[in-house]
Amino acid sequence: MAILEVKNLSKRFGDLEVLKDISFSVEKGQVVSIIGPSGSGKSTLLRCVNQLETADGGDITVDGLKMLTTENGKVVYAPKKTLREIRLKIGLVFQNFNLFPHKSVMQNIIEAPIHVLKKSKQEAVETAQGLLEKMGLTGKEKSYPCELSGGQQQRVSIARALALKPDILFFDEPTSALDPELTGEILKVIKELAEEKMTMVIVTHEMEFARDVSNHVIFMDGGFIVEEGDPSELFGNTQNERTKQFLKRFKGVQ
Amino acid sequence: MNTDDMLNVTKILFEYLPNTLKLFFFTLLFSIPLGMVVTWLKRCRFKPVSWLTNIYILVMRGTPLMLQIVAVYYAIPMIVKGAKDAAEGGEVSGFIQFLDNCMHSSNYMFVALVVAFSFNYAAYFAEIFRGGLESIPVGQYEAASMLGMTRMQTFFRIIMPQVIKRVIPATANEVIVLVKDTSLATVIAYTEIMLKAKQMMNTYSSIMPLFIAGLFYFVMNAIVTLAFMGIEKHYNYYK
Repeated sequence: MAILEVKNLSKRFGDLEVLKDISFSVEKGQVVSIIGPSGSGKSTLLRCVNQLETADGGDITVDGLKMLTTENGKVVYAPKKTLREIRLKIGLVFQNFNLFPHKSVMQNIIEAPIHVLKKSKQEAVETAQGLLEKMGLTGKEKSYPCELSGGQQQRVSIARALALKPDILFFDEPTSALDPELTGEILKVIKELAEEKMTMVIVTHEMEFARDVSNHVIFMDGGFIVEEGDPSELFGNTQNERTKQFLKRFKGVQ
Repeated sequence: MNTDDMLNVTKILFEYLPNTLKLFFFTLLFSIPLGMVVTWLKRCRFKPVSWLTNIYILVMRGTPLMLQIVAVYYAIPMIVKGAKDAAEGGEVSGFIQFLDNCMHSSNYMFVALVVAFSFNYAAYFAEIFRGGLESIPVGQYEAASMLGMTRMQTFFRIIMPQVIKRVIPATANEVIVLVKDTSLATVIAYTEIMLKAKQMMNTYSSIMPLFIAGLFYFVMNAIVTLAFMGIEKHYNYYK
């Protein structure tokens, strides 16, 4: 069963239609990459699914829970309680980390487990330590975000999202604020998560990474899904002219 | 003026220092929370409330505090008198009764001063707090929301601590000005340092008392400055 199902999703900012009739689904354990030029609607799509933007039409279902449906052309969101339940099933890693600057690494990670999930401090700290070890950040518990490199900050923010044990983790261009060297460390972490069968949806400009790590690739342009499919198919052997044109620019790098 | 006179002047000014400090602390005590309320009202989504708040801030910042002190001091008796005249000897409302009691209490002058100062400073504090609040990146709200935090949790645990750090320098400015502004209380003859110094200037036919009063303000502000440096240092653990 699909853990995330998006049907006919649309979103406009004023006169600008950013998303036009987007439909796709994500299975449990799948890693989906969303690629496409800037302004194609990738981030907006992620933000709609994450309740950071309100959609103008369509249906979204997360783990069997209806987040929004459209009835007679009007969007109906689920009651607050359901939306909250859905929110806790979803984690999001931001492009610019959005760590809480006044809290230490440890405090950033245990904030939500303690105050949202009402876990005991001891339990939250134990979980956090495990996550920090996984992220290669043991010993950084007491550091503040401003004392860390961009790559380390992004790993903390991944740990923070994982601390809530989400069923599905979204990444909004997780490496776009990092230099190429630091990009590698984040991609490595995401690869490790993929090996553990973490369900992930990744908006990225790292084509090579998208090809290597994902089971499914979605190519977006102009608010539409132009093409989607198996990464080797899409990257190696696409018949779509627009996709070809977009990927041509990356061929040199690969 | 000889040294004995100077010591005497200092001693007398010391006796009136509590009056200055009382006004200073009571103004801070009321104007800071009031400023937060004003910030909140100004950001109210119901537009008329926001507009009214804007008008309030415009008036408070747009007219002299000295004028506001005089206005409050004389307005209360006039309101009470007006209400009593209108009631023609009958019962007046509880609020008018309250004002009437206020103006006949021995503390009336001080109360009027604290009211005028607090409403004036609240307008400035409100704008400082708003500036701090609006400088917090929207990503902080989004991150908190993605973690399932409620609006209250987000505000008190994530946003407010960061706002406090950001508003410290501007708040320090305002507090320093307040130390000096307490001298405006002389306009309704509240005996604090400034008024006393002026009186002694006449007694001694010397400018020295004024100079000593100046030192009092200077030392108070040196302490305020040091205190704020300490607070800033306390928040220096993050950027």
